[in-house]
This record gives sequence, structure tokens and C-alpha cells, in this order.
Amino acid sequence: MPHAIAIEGLHFSYRTGREILDIPDLKILQGERVFLYGPSGSGKTTLLGILAGVLAAKTGKVDVLGRNVIEMSPSVRDAFRGSHIGYIFQLFNLIPYLSVVENITLPCRLSPERRARLKDQPLLDAARSVARHLGIEHLLSENVVNLSVGQQQRVAAARALIGTPELVIADEPTSSLDHDHREKFIQLLFENCKQAGSTLIFVSHDQSLMPLFDRSISLPEVNKAAVQGVAA
Amino acid sequence: MLLLSLAWKSLKNRKLTTGLTILSIALSVALLLGVENVRVGARESFSNTISGTDLIVGARGGSLQLLLYSVFRMGSATNNITYDSYRHFAEHPAVAWTIPYSLGDSHRGFRVVGTTNDFYEHYRFRRDRTIEFAEGRMPDGVFDVVLGSDVASALKYKVGEKVTVAHGIAVRNIMEHSDKPFTVVGILKKTATPVDRSIYVSLYGIEAIHIDWQEGAPPMIGEEVPAEQITKDKLEIKQITSFLLRTKSRIDTLRLQREIATYEPEPLQAIIPGVALAELWRTIGYAEVALQVVSFFVLVVGLLGMLVSLYTSLNERRREMAILRAVGAGPLKIIFLLVLESGILALAGAVLGTVLIYGLSMAAQPAVEQAFGLYLPIQPPTTAGYLYLGAIVLAGFLIGFVPALKAYRNALGDGLSVRL
Repeated sequence: MPHAIAIEGLHFSYRTGREILDIPDLKILQGERVFLYGPSGSGKTTLLGILAGVLAAKTGKVDVLGRNVIEMSPSVRDAFRGSHIGYIFQLFNLIPYLSVVENITLPCRLSPERRARLKDQPLLDAARSVARHLGIEHLLSENVVNLSVGQQQRVAAARALIGTPELVIADEPTSSLDHDHREKFIQLLFENCKQAGSTLIFVSHDQSLMPLFDRSISLPEVNKAAVQGVAA
Repeated sequence: MLLLSLAWKSLKNRKLTTGLTILSIALSVALLLGVENVRVGARESFSNTISGTDLIVGARGGSLQLLLYSVFRMGSATNNITYDSYRHFAEHPAVAWTIPYSLGDSHRGFRVVGTTNDFYEHYRFRRDRTIEFAEGRMPDGVFDVVLGSDVASALKYKVGEKVTVAHGIAVRNIMEHSDKPFTVVGILKKTATPVDRSIYVSLYGIEAIHIDWQEGAPPMIGEEVPAEQITKDKLEIKQITSFLLRTKSRIDTLRLQREIATYEPEPLQAIIPGVALAELWRTIGYAEVALQVVSFFVLVVGLLGMLVSLYTSLNERRREMAILRAVGAGPLKIIFLLVLESGILALAGAVLGTVLIYGLSMAAQPAVEQAFGLYLPIQPPTTAGYLYLGAIVLAGFLIGFVPALKAYRNALGDGLSVRL
């Protein structure tokens, strides 16, 4: 099975300051559901930023879905992210002035490539279908500020999953949910990623979730920079 | 299109600040256009204080002085001209009509103008508007008097009332012609020109006041000629102060002007009112520049207000930017989004301001004309007006780059990691 992600010799530091990432080797298979954990300050979000092509690394090789994001120009990276990657934040995932359905369809409207992945399916049908899978079909026309946190995260998941991107990145999406909702949300995410054949990278510091995943990666173990750095 | 709809919805989401920002821009735009309107209106009102007259003729002297006393009822003539000279040009074959003025008397601070009924018939102002009567009629008898509308309202005179005319033009007259009572026979409609501030009698009336005066002094007690004995056939008009003249064909104006200037029996001068008015406007017109400068600064403040409100909203919107980036929007799109937002604000402000000032002008036009004698023309914006509007919208877009570049830097620095 080909790699969804293949990192070799990645070094990254912000403009000033110490090196945040030094990852000699990290590979994730396509379709894998990976739990990535580590204490705060271990570079989780920075790594996700590089994988998503928001942060530009200069050295090393970061193949995402077979293409090296380091060599891409910023605009190509933006288009690549919009087309192939679904991203879920920890909290406040939604644009407050857009309705639920507008939030869900935003990636498809922003990126023609993502839209093209729907084939001939009308945009609203696609949104309805992904919302149905996440149990939020009845909320489509709601104003997002009226939703509970759990509902908001499902809308965020629907937005990440619409157009079946190959890679779904979730940055602590459950940390604001209570325990029951947490497992339910993860199960829903799994089902939908499996159906779409998407690779899931799930970041959390809550190691109790670890057993649910195919594989776990401890970032401090693969990131040499964090070992040398000041313990968080 | 998506960005436009995003910008629009984002602004709508912040109704209060958006509304206030648009309002502040609209008010500055309204002020700017309003000042422009007033400026044009003032100039038009001014240069159309008198219309239809080709030449103003008076004794030789300063041309500005002739304009001031003949049109604006300000200052006084140093010399009169003979009635014969006036008749000579009034009957000139190239002349269509004339309006003689005999000045020098006043009534409670208002100038008394001796003239003929040609005044009511031919006088034009603001292009083609004529003298109209609010009540009463043209003067007929020697002691008939017609009041300008300001005079009537200031002194609260009614038709039929008796008034006394004084010699000289001071507010409190020492030498009142109290023995020759005049009767108000008509009151003119408001013209919003100096016409309103004068009292009109016939040329005979002026002569009648002074009939028994000797060497500029009033008659001794017992020597007054009783008013009832004074009739038109007993009066001889010897001199007037100036006259307005209209040629039959305007081509003759310059030729006639020369002819008047070289008239042998008496030193005369003729001025073209348009030229003289333009000259006068140039000397007092610097006020309009001051107005423009002030309104320009108000506009700058309005635009800076927009900048501040956009800029301060950026911090609370970092999250929004991160989300947009996560779903595939590049930094350029974020810049574009913010520039669009400020552009929309400026455009909305410009449109609202324009609507505001036109609505206001339409509502206030009669009142302003009544109160200040300033006729505000309601017409499409002048070229300068369009330029202002264009510049405001353009400035709005350009100012949008300030918060946009800040957002761009935020987006690059934050990546997707803003935690609020």
C-alpha cells in the first residue's frame, strides 16, 4: 500500500528561535488511522501545519499523497490543501456568519478541484449526504452560533469530509467534548473515513483514546528536536 | 463571487460596526457633496443675481462700485448721470429695453430705488425668473411704493400702509422726508437676491421727495410743497444714478459699450455684469476653498474611522482567517477578502451619502432659499462630485490593504494554530 505521508529529514524552525521539528523518518500508509500524541510544545500543530501546506518547511522531503509539499509554491500548496485535505480544529471550527450548509460546502466553493471530486453530484446533495452520515442533516439551515459544541464539531467534520479528501487531519477535535460524545465523534469519523478511503491523522494529548486507532505515533519519539529541547 | 458573498456576509455579521462605519463615511461623503453643492449653488446664485442685462451703465468711476450699487445695493455712486443721457441710450436703435435706477435714499436702513415699471417688466434673475408680486400691484402714482419681500417681512408692512422716506442711506436718518408720505401698493415675491432688500418707488417719487429741497437741505417750515399738489406733470426728472440695458442683438453689446464709454456729452461707463460678477467672485471666492478643505479633512477622518474599525476587528477574526486558510484559501484570497470588505464599506458609504445629501437638499431647498437666499441646485453631481465619489471608493479599496496586509502577516505567522 502506498504511503499517504512520507517524511524524510525534515527540519523546521520559525524565523527566530530553536528548531521545532527534526524528523528523520515518518511514514503513514494510505487509509491508516493514526493517533499522533505528545505533550504541548512537542511540535504537533507545527507538523500538521507543514503537512497541510500552511507552514513552509525548507529542508527535507515531505511527501503528502505522493507529492513533495516542500517544493510547491505557496499558491499550489493552498490549492493542494483545499483539494486533498480535510482539516478539523480543536474548537471554533466554523465561520460564524455562514449557515451550517454554507460552512460544509465552503471547501468545494473555494476550491474547484475539491468541487470536481463530487463528480456530477450537486453540491447541496453532497452536503446533505455527508451531514446525514454525521447525524446533523436536520441542522443544515441552522445558524452555526445556535449549535452546541458537539454539533459544531460534527459540522466541522462534515466540512472536512465533503468531497472525500484523501487525507483528514484532526487537531484535538474532541478536547472540548465530554467523554461520551468523544467516543461517538471518533466512531463517526472512523466510519466516514473508512467509507471514503481517507487517511486520518488524529492529534491529541489524551492518550485514553489511543486504543481506538490502528496505530499510534508519539511525536517526541520521532521528533529529535523535541528531545533536545526544553521539556514542556 | 464567493469572496464577495463572504465579505458581504462577514460585514452583515458585524452589523453595528459595519453600520456605524458606513454611516460615518456616508456623513463625510454627504458633507463633501453638500459643500460642493453649496459652492456651486453659491456661485450660480451669485452670478445669476442679475440676468438678461447686457450692460450696466453709470457715471464713470470704478466698475466694481457701479456693480455694487446697481446690483447689490451696496455703497453709493459718486456721481449721477443726466436723464438726457439715459433717454439717449434708452431710445438707441440697438437697445431693446432699459431699467433706470435712481438711488440715494433709504427707509429704516433699506435702500430706496427709484425706477420705472420697466423694472417689473424686464428685470430678470436666475436666468429667466421675473419679478412677481406677492400682493398688490405695480406703482402708479407718484407716492406709490413697492416693497421687496425682506423689507416687508422685516418691517411688517402691509399693503395700504403709509411710510416715510428719508434722505441718505444711514439706518437712522436725521433728515426724514416726513412731509411726503408714501403708500405701500405692492409687495414683491421673494427672489433670494438683493432685490428683496429694497424699496421701490417711481422716478417721479424720488423727484417728488426732493422737489422743494434747496442745495441738499430740506425746506424751511412753511415752505413745504403739500404732497397733494405734486403730480407727475409738475415733476421733471433731471437725473438718475444708473441704468440696466438690454440690446436687441447681443452682438451689439461690445460696440454699444464702447459707444457709451466715448459718449461725448457726459463721462459714462458701461460694464458687462457677467464679467464684473466673475471678477468679484474671484475676490470673495476663497471661502469656497476653505469649505472644501474642511470637508476634505472630514472625509479623511471618515476613512480613517473605517481603517480603525477594520483593523481592530482583525484580532477577533484571526480564527476566521485560519479556518479560511485551512479549507484552501491562500493568503492572497484573504487579502482580497479584506480589501473587498473595505471597498464595500466605502461604496455603501458613498451611495448612502449621496442619497442622504440629495434627500436633504430636496427637503431643505425651499427653506435654505427662504432663509439664506441661497438657491441649491438639485442636479446630478458635478464632475468634481463624481471625482470625489470615485476617489472615496478607490481610497476605500486602497485603505483595505492596510488591514489586509496585517491579516496576511497574521495568517502566515499563525498558520492554523490560533488558539483563542
